[in-house]
Amino acid sequence: MFKKTGIAALVALSLSAGGAFAAGGAGHIEDVDFSFEGPFGKFDQNQLQRGLKIYTQVCSACHGLQYVPLRTLADEGGPHLPGDQMRAYAGQFEVFDEEIDDFRAAKPVDHFPGSQLENAPDLSLMAKKRAGFHGPYGTGLAQLFKGMGGAEYIYSLMVGYEEPPECAPEDFEGSYNAAFTAGGYPEECKDEHGHPTVPGSWIAMAQPLWGDDVEYDDGTEATLGQQAKDVAAFLMWTAEPKMMARKHAGLSGVIFLTVLSVLLYLTNKRIWAPIKGKKTS
Amino acid sequence: MSGIPHDHYEPKTGGEKWLHSRLPIVGLLYDTIMIPTPKNLNWMWIWGIVLTFCLVLQIATGIILAMHYTPHVDMAFASVEHIMRNVNGGHFIRYLHMNGASLFFVAVYLHIFRGLYYGSYKAPREITWIIGMLIYLMMMGTAFMGYVLPWGQMSFWGATVITGLFGAIPFIGDAIQTWLLGGPAVDNATLNRFFSLHYLLPFVIAALVALHIWAFHTTGNNNPTGVDVRRTSKAEAEKDTVSFWPYFVIKDLFALAVIMVVFFAIVGFMPNYLGHPDNYIEADALVTPAHIVPEWYFLPFYAILRAFTSDVWVVMFASWITGGIIDAKFFGVLAMFGAIAVMALAPWLDTSSVRSGRYRPMFKWWFWLLAIDFVVLMWVGAMPAEPPYSTISLIASAYWFAYFLVILPLLGVIEKPEAQPATIEEDFDAHYGKAETPAE
Repeated sequence: MFKKTGIAALVALSLSAGGAFAAGGAGHIEDVDFSFEGPFGKFDQNQLQRGLKIYTQVCSACHGLQYVPLRTLADEGGPHLPGDQMRAYAGQFEVFDEEIDDFRAAKPVDHFPGSQLENAPDLSLMAKKRAGFHGPYGTGLAQLFKGMGGAEYIYSLMVGYEEPPECAPEDFEGSYNAAFTAGGYPEECKDEHGHPTVPGSWIAMAQPLWGDDVEYDDGTEATLGQQAKDVAAFLMWTAEPKMMARKHAGLSGVIFLTVLSVLLYLTNKRIWAPIKGKKTS
Repeated sequence: MSGIPHDHYEPKTGGEKWLHSRLPIVGLLYDTIMIPTPKNLNWMWIWGIVLTFCLVLQIATGIILAMHYTPHVDMAFASVEHIMRNVNGGHFIRYLHMNGASLFFVAVYLHIFRGLYYGSYKAPREITWIIGMLIYLMMMGTAFMGYVLPWGQMSFWGATVITGLFGAIPFIGDAIQTWLLGGPAVDNATLNRFFSLHYLLPFVIAALVALHIWAFHTTGNNNPTGVDVRRTSKAEAEKDTVSFWPYFVIKDLFALAVIMVVFFAIVGFMPNYLGHPDNYIEADALVTPAHIVPEWYFLPFYAILRAFTSDVWVVMFASWITGGIIDAKFFGVLAMFGAIAVMALAPWLDTSSVRSGRYRPMFKWWFWLLAIDFVVLMWVGAMPAEPPYSTISLIASAYWFAYFLVILPLLGVIEKPEAQPATIEEDFDAHYGKAETPAE
C-alpha cells in the first residue's frame, strides 16, 4: 500500500503532464445562462422543483445524494417545497435505522439515500467537484468571467451524447460523450503520441435524458435541453444549498465595508491634514 | 523600551498607580500603541496590520470550525459538509477561513517584498527579519496541514506528495516520513496529528508575531528612505515621526477596510475560485488525481522543487560528487528549502551601505526582476513539468538563487548609490510641503 501510494505520488509529481494528457482532450462545455450566476444571482425555485423531479424519476435509479438532508427541500433558497409535500417526499424512501435494526420510512431529518450502484458517483457535490471552465492548466481567467462551470458541465454532459466518431469501432464499450473527459478511448482514436484525436471520451453511463422523460407539473415543455438545465440547477443547489444566503451576506459585507472605507478615508485625511501642512477647516 | 525618545505612560489616579506598581500592563500597551513612527511610511507599510487581522480572523473562524469538525478519515469529509449545510452560518465561516488563508499569503508576500525593496532586513533589523521568516515557515506548515483536514482528494494526495519529500532525505528519510505520518502512509493518524498541529501552530505564530513587533519597536520602523529617525532628543525625533495612534492606526484601518471589500466579494460571490474542484471529492487512496497541484501560494516553491531534474548539470554534479547520495529528488527538496534559507540570509548577503532601494539605481532593476521571477515561478508551478515549462522553471529558479547569492553581494561593491535625504522630515516635506505650525 505504502509503496504503491508513494510510487503513484512520485509519478504524479514528476510526470503530471502525462497523466493530464492521458485523461483526455478538452471536453465541449456550453456556457449556460443560469439564474444563480453573478453576485445577485438567485436559484429559480420552479426550476429546482423541476430538477428534483428529474432527479427522483431518472437519476436516483442509480445515483444518490448522501450529504443532502431531506428536510432542506423545504428550505427557502432551495426548492422550497411546502412542509407536507416535503414530508410526503421523504416518506417514499426507506432507510436503515440502527436503533430498531430494521428499515423504516425516511423522516425529514434523514438524508437522501446514497448511490444504488457501486460505480455511480454520489451527486451531492457533483456541481462543485467538476469545474466546466477549468482547463488542466488554465490561467483561471475563464472561471473568473464565466464562473466555475460545474452546472454547465452537468448540462453539457446531459446533452453531450453524440454519434460515436468514425474512428471508433462499433463494439467499443460505453457511450461517446463530447463533454466527458475522464473516460477511455479506443486505440483507433489516438494519435501516435497516445493523445486522443476526438473531443470528449467514452462514458459508462448510458444516455439518461432524451426529452419528455418526465412530465413537468408547471407545464414547461420537457425538452432535452430544458431537462438538462433543470437537473444541473438542482444539482448546483445540492452542492451549494446556502448559496443565496452566502451571496446576500457577501453583498451586505461589501456595502457595509465600502461605507466604512469612505468614512475611514475621510477620517484619515482629516487627521493627517495638519501633519501634511494643509489647512484643517 | 523603544530607542526613539518619546512620552511614556504616567499613572495619574490612585488606582492607576496601584496597578502600575504591580503590573505595568497599561504602560506597555500605551508605549506600544503610541510608538513614534516615521511619518513618511507609504501604502506598502499597511500589510503588517492586514497580517495581524488575518491571524485573528483565522484563529477566530478556526476555533468555531473545530467545534463542528471531526478529525477521522471516515467522518472528516462528511463533517465539513455538515458545517456547510447544517451549522448556522457554517458555510460562510468556512469560506472565510478557506479564503482567509489566501489573503494571509497575499499579504505576507507583499510584506516580504516590501522588506526586500526598502532594505528592511538590514542592520539593525536582522532579528525582525529572521523572526518574520520563521513566521512565514510556520504559516506554510499551518496552511499545508489545514488543507489536509477536509480530507478531499487534493488533501490526501498533497499530503502524500509533500510528506514524501522528507522521504527523499538519504538514509533517515523513510524513518522521518513514517514518524511524521504516524504510520506507513497518510491515514487516520496523519489526519489526527495534522489537526492537532493545525490548531497549535497559529498560537506559536501569535507568539512570534509578538516578538516580531517587539523587535522592530526596539529598532524603530524602517521607512521608504531607509534613513534613521533622529533620536538625540525628543524634539528632534518628533520632527521625523508621529505616534502610531491615531495616525497610522486610522490609515491602516482604511487600507484594511478597502481590502476587506475585495475579500468579502470573493468570499460571497466566488469562494471556490482559488480552490481546486478535486477537493470536493472525498479522499481515495486508490485513485490518483490526474495532476496534483498545490494551493497557489505554494506554487513558486513547488516550481523550484520540480525544476532540478536528473538531467540538469548541477544535479548530475551533486550526485557524482556525493556518490549518488544526493539524487534529483533530494536536490529538489534542498533547493526548495534553500530558496527560503537564502532569503532569510539577505541581511548578511546584501553588502550595500544604503538601505532603501529607492536610492540604488542598479538594485532597482534586479529587484523588479526578482518580483517578476516570483510571478513566473508561480505560473510554471501550475504548469506540467515538460518543455518549455521545465526550462523556464530552471531559469527562474536559478535567478532566485543568483539574486541572493551573487547579485546582492556584488551590487554593494559595484553600485554607486544616489544621494539620500538627510532626514525623514526632509523627505516628507518634499512630498507634502512644510507644516503650517512648525514644532517650535
